[in-house]
Parts: sequence; structure tokens; C-alpha cells
Amino acid sequence: MSAVDLAASVRTGQRSARSVVEEYLEAIDAAEDRIHAFNLVMADEALEAADALDHRVASGEDPGPLAGVPVVAKDNLCTRGVPTTCGSLILQNWRPPYDATVVKRLSAAGAVLVGKTNMDEFAMGSSTENSAFGPTRNPLANDRVPGGSSGGSAAAVAAGFAPLALGSDTGGSIRQPAALCGVVGVKPTYGLVSRYGLVAFASSLDQVGPFATTVADAALLLEVVGGHDPMDSTSIPEPLPGLVGVLEDGVDGLRIGVIEELSGDGLDGIASDVQARVTAAAEALSAAGATVEPTSVPSTVYGLSAYYVIAPAEASSNLARYDGVRYGLRVDAPSTPEMNTATRTAGFGDEVKRRIMLGTYALSAGYYDAYYLKAQKVRTLIADDLRRAYQQFDLLVCPTAPTTAFPLGEKTADPMLMYLNDVCTIPSNLAGHPAMSVPFGTGDDGLPVGVQVLAPAMAEPTMFRAASVLEAAAVNGP
Amino acid sequence: MSGVPDGWEVVVGLEVHAELATATKMFSGAPNRFGGNPNTHIDPVSLGLPGSLPVLNERAVELAIRVGLALNCRVQRSVFARKNYFYPDMPKDFQISQYDQPINVDGWLELPDGRRVGIERAHLEEDTGKTVHVGGGGRIHEAAYSLVDYNRAGVPLIEIVGAPDLRSADDARAYVGELRAILVAIGASDGKMEEGSMRVDCNVSVRPEGSQQLGTRCEVKNINSLRSLGRAIDYEARRQIDLIDAGEVVAQQTRHWDEDHGRTHTLRSKEEAFDYRYFPEPDLVPVDPPEAWVTEIANALPLLPGARRKRLAEAAGTTPAGAALTVERGLDDLALAAIAEGAEAARVLIHAENNLAGGAGFLTADSFAALTAMEAGGQLTATQAKTVLAELVAAGGEPTDIANRHGFEAMETSEVETIVDQVIAANPDEWTEFLGGDEKERKKKSGFFVGQVMKATGGQADGRVVNEVLEARAAD
Repeated sequence: MSAVDLAASVRTGQRSARSVVEEYLEAIDAAEDRIHAFNLVMADEALEAADALDHRVASGEDPGPLAGVPVVAKDNLCTRGVPTTCGSLILQNWRPPYDATVVKRLSAAGAVLVGKTNMDEFAMGSSTENSAFGPTRNPLANDRVPGGSSGGSAAAVAAGFAPLALGSDTGGSIRQPAALCGVVGVKPTYGLVSRYGLVAFASSLDQVGPFATTVADAALLLEVVGGHDPMDSTSIPEPLPGLVGVLEDGVDGLRIGVIEELSGDGLDGIASDVQARVTAAAEALSAAGATVEPTSVPSTVYGLSAYYVIAPAEASSNLARYDGVRYGLRVDAPSTPEMNTATRTAGFGDEVKRRIMLGTYALSAGYYDAYYLKAQKVRTLIADDLRRAYQQFDLLVCPTAPTTAFPLGEKTADPMLMYLNDVCTIPSNLAGHPAMSVPFGTGDDGLPVGVQVLAPAMAEPTMFRAASVLEAAAVNGP
Repeated sequence: MSGVPDGWEVVVGLEVHAELATATKMFSGAPNRFGGNPNTHIDPVSLGLPGSLPVLNERAVELAIRVGLALNCRVQRSVFARKNYFYPDMPKDFQISQYDQPINVDGWLELPDGRRVGIERAHLEEDTGKTVHVGGGGRIHEAAYSLVDYNRAGVPLIEIVGAPDLRSADDARAYVGELRAILVAIGASDGKMEEGSMRVDCNVSVRPEGSQQLGTRCEVKNINSLRSLGRAIDYEARRQIDLIDAGEVVAQQTRHWDEDHGRTHTLRSKEEAFDYRYFPEPDLVPVDPPEAWVTEIANALPLLPGARRKRLAEAAGTTPAGAALTVERGLDDLALAAIAEGAEAARVLIHAENNLAGGAGFLTADSFAALTAMEAGGQLTATQAKTVLAELVAAGGEPTDIANRHGFEAMETSEVETIVDQVIAANPDEWTEFLGGDEKERKKKSGFFVGQVMKATGGQADGRVVNEVLEARAAD
């Protein structure tokens, strides 16, 4: 049952929130041991919240658009009094004294938080294998990764543990796992969703967004959590554009470009079965009345290199606060600097250490211009290139990930190989634009393929219209 | 030890940090208040908790702009940057500051003597917490453990970087005094050095007199008062001169002022200096104050101490330096009003400087003017005037009523003459010295005779009349 239908049934008193939550908790009980989507299942809290909602409904209140709908949140979203680990030993026992804005908005809309999902440590990774608490497995093929870094959220939705999930996307961390798990995943325009209470990885790129089984559910969740927040200075001070209301508007007359550089022909790493699905998606959009043609956005291929300078640079600064002084892990040592070092050595995993070192180097005196500053110029170039493309097209299309879900352990030994997973998703983060992954059939291995729809800033309504068309086409064939 | 040996010149540039007088912190709603139990003025942002984000306090920007305008700076679009280094009292292990695009640049401050000192920049940044080392005499290396209080973390600061235009410890003290007066006058800061709301780091170098090249500088930290500032500069200048005299070179260093021992010692060398890895703060947007707002702030600025000194000096026929103390005490408006009422300006300033250190109380311009008129007319002696003034300050009233109540009336000149003659007769040696002395000696001796006459009359004689009688007797 979709979130939209669940909320409707709870709001009208057809179903109790408790029965809904119990049903999902049973699903978790049955399969979580195999999947490991969660760092924490909040069964007691969820049932308590459900009962409270049922009381409100019984007394004639409307708890809101997500009444009684179970939602899971990535474990880098702060939950008051509930452990928020970021998949890291350094925050293993940390309980925030406050809720992230998106968590507050969820509960204000009547949603029930049922758990905190597993993730690559501090959102650094593309397979959820970098979690300090063990990997998450793809629900569709347990020997495969779910993608990452929001792999727990994607897996939870794909496994039916919850109809909705929140994740965060810094370079593709919502879209890529959505693609690998066969669900819908959205990275909104930078500033559309508050980052207050999202534990920072790379502040200028991080964005919170929804996972869902349907495009309509994703739209509903984004409407609930999005919109201006005075607690986040980078939050866009404009009303959120309506999404649920435009889903049936179709794509007739829209101009849609297929990015040549991020296609099987333009890029070696894109698997042919993935490319075949993107081509089929383009045909489906065309059949629905859009003008679809290939287009060149040349600088997008440099996105990966720029990203792996900018994101680690910001991370090196954002993660400095985990020093053992105030919260989280502390490993005692004779002096404060030695304590800092011992704590960070024990608390951070290899990938996090690798990126802290990369970022520290990129910002160092004498290297700043050659790395950080140059990467920022590339970032500007990519944003300019995309702006130019959007003068000609309403939307752009390309694969979400180069391949379907890959086997656990396949890329852990080679960070560069792992980084290549993000080549198609990174440009939107660098430009601050929205993009989403929509399941569109399967690859040669029978595992899902995601097609990515990209839009200019604040053009989520157009993006969701195209996603709806693709969703319908995928369900009906081809 | 004071000053530098002949043939040497000391060059000083100061960096002053002042806490801005906002109600809340720079980037959150936690209170900006001095003191309080440790870790009570905090919130997720001032603790730098994971997920917390800074939101700029508009009032802090307004106060920073006031400072910039008062220091004749150009107010410009500015960008916050992260200054990265590990320190336990810094919650995020980076400080949000401004780096290559500060809010205020290229200004100047005028010292009371009229010289201008360049202001390179005045930028916004956040304060750190405070670390207390427990055991081992409070020193970090011997301490059993350390405690951190984050009440101060995130308090807004303005860092005012002065040009190396100062040439002595006195210059430096005058500069800080003037800067403090300006900050207080515009309501930007309370300027309390003893509470740490105003802190001074100084860069000191020396060079042979006449040289145009700057010597290698050392930065001296931990200066907690104007007195330490002077002592630290003198010590550091002498240390550097001694090094050069001994054929050694001054190494660029950050040094720590040790108030107890009156010396500086090395904190870190240039090679050990931190690489702060500055980069633009991605959690904040650039600050681009609209021109209309800056104009509005400029128009609302009060008259600054320098302008007030000039205004009073003009009205009182003195120099700005001569008006400085009256302005510093905030008595200039009263003095100007009294002068406008016809009071003799010199008497007004003398009272302001000598008899109104505690403020004007209930004294009004009218009664001030009336008092000085009575003095000038010989109806009150200086001593009597002081008594009347004290009562005017304490309770107000009419000077004539107070004088009558005390039975103050001017002593007849003939009466004064009699007593002067008695005093001369009783002190023949002093009188001979008075008659034969040069101008300086004569002045000194006249003071002696006036004192004796005052003693004999219980302060009822007018000092001016006594002097006239003395001169008349000498001319006889």
C-alpha cells in the first residue's frame, strides 16, 4: 500500500495507526537479520506514537498528510534523545538533544519514525560497506550491495520495512542506492530542504531527500519536509512549489535532452544494459509527447574530480569537531592533542580518514589554489554548462548509476572504482540542481536500473511530471 | 624600564578584539552575557553539536558596521571563512571568521593629539570558550585535568587590526584608550578589559631611528590591561634591541606576556605557526549590507569622542587635548551648556577635571554657570566653590542658597591684606627668596604664601586676591 493510501485510511479512521505500524514492524522482524537496513529499530517509540495518533483521530483531529505512515530516517539525521551514529564508532552512543528540522516536520505531519537506517560512515561511500556497524544487503539480491551512502534507507523501502525513508545526497547518496534497490529517490534543489540537524559531510553539497516506492509518495514526503527554515542560512526563502498536484500533467511539449557525455557511448563505465534502459526511457518520454534529443554538456565529466576535492575539503573541516572533548568516543591519553589523535584513530574508519587527509591537503597553504580553488572553478563551469543546456531543454536525462547492484566486496579494495559510481549523479550536487532516480526496468541480471531525471534549480514540478510518466511506462512495459 | 635607548625606534601595530554588545550570540539565540555558571549560556550551535548550523545575528552585523563607520572604514560585501585548528575550547575545532573579504577595510583612528593611526580592517568573528586547568598551579602542562566553559563560545567579536603606525608604549595606550572610548560611545562594546571583553595583541619590532624598513616583528599575546600593554611593549622592544646589539637576529615569533615576571617568552616560532586552511564558510551566505542600511546606521551614530573634543575645545578656547578629560568623563554636554549660559570656560573645565571625577550628579548647566559667575565675581573662593559644587552634585539646588547656608562670603580685600602682611612677617626668609627668585621660584613661593593665608583664614580668602596682594607688596 502506498503512503498516500495509508495516510488516507488512517486519517479517515478506516485503519488504526497502530495496525499499520505493527504490520511494518512485523516485516522488519521477519527480514532485518538478513538485510541489516537499520542501526536502530524504534519499535516501542513507534507504537507509542501510533497510539497517540489513534487517540487524536478518535477525538476528531486530523494528524496531517502522513498520518500513521511509518518512515525511517538515515542515521545522520538528528533525533532527540535517540542515538544518531552516522555509521561511525565515534558517535556510537551519541544522543542529540534536539531534532533535525525534517524530523520535526515528519512528526508534525503525523508520520511515525520507526528506525534509524544504516549508512556509509559519515555518508562517505557508495555501497554502505563503510558502515562501522556492518554492511546492508540489497533486499533484491542479498549478495549485492544496496548502494550508498543511504543504503539502509533504500533497502528499508525496497524490503517493505517502511513505505517512506529520508536520506541525504552529497554526490548521489540518495539516487544511486534508489537505483540499485529499485525505488524512487530524490535529491532536491540545494536549499529546498533544511539541513538543520543533518550531520554535515560536505555542507555546500549535502541535501536531504525522500525515498519511496512511488513517485507520488516521494512528492508527498518532499512536500512535508521541504520549505524554508530560518535555522539554515542556505535554505531558500521561497514557498515550496507544489508537487503532488502536478503529477498527472504529463510531458507533452517538454524539451528533454539526453546527456551524451554521461551515456554508454560517451563514458566507458556505463554498462550496455543500463544504457539500453535509458534509451528506452527516452523513447517513453518521446511517446508521451516530449521532444527528446541528445545533447552535449561537456564539463560534466570533470565533476567527479572536482567533487573529490571539494567534498573532502569541507569534510576535513566538518569532521574536526569529533575530537573526544565534548561528546562521542574518547580514548584517553596523557595530553589533549594525544587524546584527540587516539580518539580519531580509533573512531574513524579508513574511508573517512582517507577523505580527511585528502581534504586537509587540498586546503593547505601552497596547495589551495591548485586544488580547492581550481575545483571550485570546475564547479562553476559545470553549473554554467548546465545553465546553457537548460536554455534549450526543460529537463535532462542520463543513467543514475553505471551498473546495477554489484556484489559485496567487489569495489572495497579500490576506492577509485567505488568513486566512479557517482559520475552521473555528482554534477547535480555541484550545480545545486535537483535530480531524481526512477526505476525503469531491469538489467541483464534481472536487477533494477534507475533512470535519472535532472532539472534546473526549483524545477522540481517539471522533474516530477517526467518521473510520473516514466513510472507509468515502466509499469506498463515496454 | 621605559622607552627605548637613543638611536632606536619601536614600531607597534595592535590587534584589538572587542566583544560586541548583542543580546544573543553571533550565530544562535544563546545569551551573550558575561559570567554565569559554566556551560549555562549554550545551545546546540554554540556547542558545535553535529548537525547544528550557524545563523548570523543581524545585530552583530549592525554593530560591526557602526565600528567600521566610526573608524572611517569602507564597509563592503563580506564573506565568512573557516579558520581551522584544534583547540578544546573551540567547539567545532574551527572558528568562523572573515579572511580575504572582511566587512570593514581601510580606515583610520585619530589619537587625542591629532595624529592618525591606520586601521587595516575590522572584521567579524566568533569568540571561543575558556579552558581552566585544574591542579599544577593552573598551568596546562602540570595540570591534573582541564575543564572547558563554553559560555563565551560564539560571542560575537570585532577584530580591529591597526597599521604599524604607533611609535611607543604611550602611543599604544593612547590608541587603545581612544578605541575603547569610541566603541563605548557607539554602543558596540562595553570595552571592559578586566572582563576580557576587550583584548589586545601587539606586534612589536624595532629599527634604527630614521630607517624606513620594518624590523622583524614579534606578536605578544596575553595582555590584560593598559598597564601591561605599556610594560610588554617596553620589555619586548628592549629584548629585541639587546639581541641586535649582541649581534643576533630577532626571530619572528608569537610570544606570551608574563605579567608576574614582567617578561615575554616564546609561544611558537614562525615555523610552528598554524596552517589555518581558511576557506569560505559553506553554511553561511555572503553579507552584502544594502547601502540604505549603512546610511541609516551612519546617520544614527552619535558624535564621536574626537569630534566632541574639537567641539568643546572650540567653545572653550582650548586645544582638543585640553578638552580630553572632560569628554572622557562625558561632561562635555554639560560644560557646553554652562558655557552657553555665560560661564567662564576655563573655570568650567577646571571643575570638570578636578572636582567632577565622579560625574555631574544633580548639577545643571544653570547652577554650574551661576557658580562660576560667583567665583569670578569674587563672591566665592576656590575652596568655597568646591564645597558648593559638591553639594550641587549630590543634591542640586541654587549655588547662592548653598553659599548662604554655609555663611560663605567674600573676605574684604583689606582683611586679606592684613593677613598677608602677618604671614610675610612670620616668614621673612621665604619672603626674601620670593623677592629674589626667578619666575619659577617665585611661583613656587607664591604657592607657599597662598597656602599659609588659606590656613589662617580657614579657606575664606580668594586665592586670586591673595596673589594680587602678594604682587602688590613685592612691587612696593
